[in-house]
Amino acid sequence: MKKLSILSMILLSATFVLASLVAFHSSRSSATPIPAPDTIMLNGAGATFPYPIYSKWFSDFNKIHSGIEINYQSIGSGGGIRQLLSGTVDFGASDPPMTDEQLGHAKTKILHFPTVLGAVVPTYNIPGISQELSFTPEVLVGIYLGRITKWNDAEIAKSNNGVNLPAQDIVVVHRSDGSGTSYVWTDYLSKVSPEWQSKVGRNTSVNWPVGLGGKGNEGVTGLVKQTPGAIGYVELIYAVQNQIPYGRVRNAAGVFVKADLAGVTAAAASFAKTMPEDFRISITNAPGKAAYPIASFTYLLIPTKIEDASKRQVIKDFLTWMLNDGQKEVEALSYSRLPKEVVARELKQISQIQ
Amino acid sequence: MPWRDIWRKFVNYFMFSLTGICALVTVGVLFFILGYLVWNGGSSLSWAFLTHLPTPVGEPGGGMANAIVGSAKLLLLASLIGIPIGFLGGVYLAEFGGRSFPFVVRYTADLLNGVPSIVMGIFAYTIVVLPMKHFSAFAGGLALGVMMIPIAVRSTEEALRTVPLMLREGALALGASKWKTIATVVVPAARKGIVTGIILDIARVAGETAPLLFTAFSNRFWSPGWNQPTASLPVMVFTYAISPYEDWHRQAWAAGLVLLTLVLVANVAAKLSVSGRSAR
Amino acid sequence: MPTASAPPKRRPPGLIQGLRSGDTFAHVLTLLCAASILLVTVALVQQLYVNSTGALHKFGFRFLTGRTWDPVSGDFGALPFVYGTLVTSALALLVAVPLGVGAAIFLSELAPPRISNAMTFVIELLAAVPSVIYGLLGMFILVPFLRQYGEPFLKHTLGFLPLFRGPMYGVGMLAGGLVLAIMVVPFIISLSREVLLAVPVEQREAALGLGATKWESTWQVVVPYARIGIMASVFLALARALGETMAVTMVIGNDPKINASLFAPGYSIAAVIANEFAEATGDLYIQALVELGLVLFALTIVINGLARIVIITTTQKGSAH
Repeated sequence: MKKLSILSMILLSATFVLASLVAFHSSRSSATPIPAPDTIMLNGAGATFPYPIYSKWFSDFNKIHSGIEINYQSIGSGGGIRQLLSGTVDFGASDPPMTDEQLGHAKTKILHFPTVLGAVVPTYNIPGISQELSFTPEVLVGIYLGRITKWNDAEIAKSNNGVNLPAQDIVVVHRSDGSGTSYVWTDYLSKVSPEWQSKVGRNTSVNWPVGLGGKGNEGVTGLVKQTPGAIGYVELIYAVQNQIPYGRVRNAAGVFVKADLAGVTAAAASFAKTMPEDFRISITNAPGKAAYPIASFTYLLIPTKIEDASKRQVIKDFLTWMLNDGQKEVEALSYSRLPKEVVARELKQISQIQ
Repeated sequence: MPWRDIWRKFVNYFMFSLTGICALVTVGVLFFILGYLVWNGGSSLSWAFLTHLPTPVGEPGGGMANAIVGSAKLLLLASLIGIPIGFLGGVYLAEFGGRSFPFVVRYTADLLNGVPSIVMGIFAYTIVVLPMKHFSAFAGGLALGVMMIPIAVRSTEEALRTVPLMLREGALALGASKWKTIATVVVPAARKGIVTGIILDIARVAGETAPLLFTAFSNRFWSPGWNQPTASLPVMVFTYAISPYEDWHRQAWAAGLVLLTLVLVANVAAKLSVSGRSAR
Repeated sequence: MPTASAPPKRRPPGLIQGLRSGDTFAHVLTLLCAASILLVTVALVQQLYVNSTGALHKFGFRFLTGRTWDPVSGDFGALPFVYGTLVTSALALLVAVPLGVGAAIFLSELAPPRISNAMTFVIELLAAVPSVIYGLLGMFILVPFLRQYGEPFLKHTLGFLPLFRGPMYGVGMLAGGLVLAIMVVPFIISLSREVLLAVPVEQREAALGLGATKWESTWQVVVPYARIGIMASVFLALARALGETMAVTMVIGNDPKINASLFAPGYSIAAVIANEFAEATGDLYIQALVELGLVLFALTIVINGLARIVIITTTQKGSAH
């Protein structure tokens, strides 16, 4: 027994020594410095959708300004707003803009800074069909209300000449977790269908009339991929990265548009003139021939009064960098850039942060 | 009568084969999970993975060093809170208690175990994070530690109960006081069972994600001390697994593998340190 | 310690008292630790209550019978979630308890010590797998398997039962229950094995000496002797099943509807809280979610109480306690 006890002691000590070596080594290596005493650390929380691009931005910003560490975590748009209002984070992030009620709870005025654009696309899995499908708003509403139940329904066939749609049951998939993606999707459906607006409405989480709930974009993608006859809605970025088929949607100008980065930026640009000062706007069902109808901004939520002078400067510097250099990096990760007019107005808004 | 004996023999072999199948099924599932983790995440495991900070998508050389250290810190604090309190509570229930108070405590411990981990996280958030006005490793460790207490209490109590009355009586008859009996006779006799319970406890808490999201938050950078948000392996697994990027998926599997390895090491160390003769 | 030059001290009069206070100290210390559980629970319930008063007032008992969950119109009801929680947890225990106790018997009675230790070691690792990974594996492996082979097979053989009817998606309450079963089985095996191993060898020998086969000795003497410990492990498993969030939400289909069939998608309390809490905005919405937490707590009290009543009424003599 003594031998084994000694052995276990050696094992434990070895693990401890190894762990210390690892920590020591990584703190020394230039790729992963442990923060120096004068490091400025900021924390932000919010939407999941822009997490990849935000983490890239903050990492690149840290490479340029090595004493600045901006830590962002995705806990959901609603979570981000709540944390911002409770004061546990320095900034928030949200896909849907804050409502008047939420802004009323804030101690100081909150500014919305659009950062990137995203799109929501209808993805499907129909055995035997490899062509791209075209969806009208009425069809999407009908499917998600549970009225259209088979793929070879006349309404779907109307806009898909030449496609041999099978008599397969439609399995509807939606999000189970509250999300900005659901908000955009239901916002669009509410705009194009008064019936949807009154029966279901728009929110990050709604009472879906039919369908299975997948957790996260990943969950919806997974369910759609595996279930024959399924249809779901996901962020464009997921569809592109996972190479799943997604359909065209008819926009307000009557054109069937397949979501791509340019079409999304066009949707935002078509609202540029009518955009309110605080940038809180929904850009679904945008006018314009090239606009993709199910698109949205995502926002950084910055308080106007920041007491800590160094943090204030960091945020201002970051926003300036983000609007200029940061925008160059977004398309590589399948996000859409902000239109020029919006960028110009945001740069002006930075001066409001005191 | 021989017919009856043949039947009894048959039942004997049959039932034991059945139990063997049960054991094989369970072990088989674990090997399957391990195999899946290794298959999908093994390619992402590297020295860089263990020592570097996370990098943005598409940049090679990213790692989870801060998450590994973070998980270790959180589990350390959780153990410091959960194990002593849980252990001593279990001692009370097994050695000191009367009828009604232990019943209530046991009942309540089972209730607490059933609270969803996210509710525990929200609870820790309201009593630690909100007053402190920021997320911290301390809050995360506290949430996990509180989750550990009920399991530790119950498993310690059950382990102590397996020690035969004779041992206690023998010690008392030799003039030892009650606490001395417990400390020097009963607990050492039950140490294997106690350690098993604690290991299970740590293992369960090591894989928890939901409570950490609202307490320790997470961190892309190093987290010095206890007062800053810290990354942790389960949260990284969660964040990466729900992302759209294949590279991050592989890293998520690799992180799961690292987590299991950490628990395995702790398990081995703990089991070895209490090996030897015990009550059985 | 007195030095050699100092005169030997008289025995302090309070020696017995000193011993006693050592005991008292131990008693009080351990009592406080045990009481900490009560303290935490009370604080937890208080927080849950305080954060859900609006919803409690608005809905009253309607909350327990309501079937709608509509964040947009502010109408919330808990019944589908209660149903889903009960069904998945019951299914999980139905699968995990026989599997777990069976494996524990094998590991404690039949397997040679080395193999038993090795297998147990491996099984205990299962407890450390993050629930996210269980969820992902459930989604990638279990769900397709159920959809293509498992559920059609059940429908074919047992389809006359209302439990196995309806469209087969793969996701659903059956998948949820099975994933939970795998997650809780390590607790049952590990703890039951410990208790079984601790049964005094005299008990076994007595039975064998009377002519019992090994199985008869195990099943009729050893297991009943250890039944309280085994029950404790089952309670632990039940608790974990009731409160599990991540893994369940990935395979249960997340549809708040009540359906007799196990193939149908469902929703559990823990899953909906995990799914919607982070994004929930609006006081009533958050309060309704917190109230669901209270409902789960009450549910756990009731289930634990019922289980204990069953145990008390069926306990025979001759157990470890």
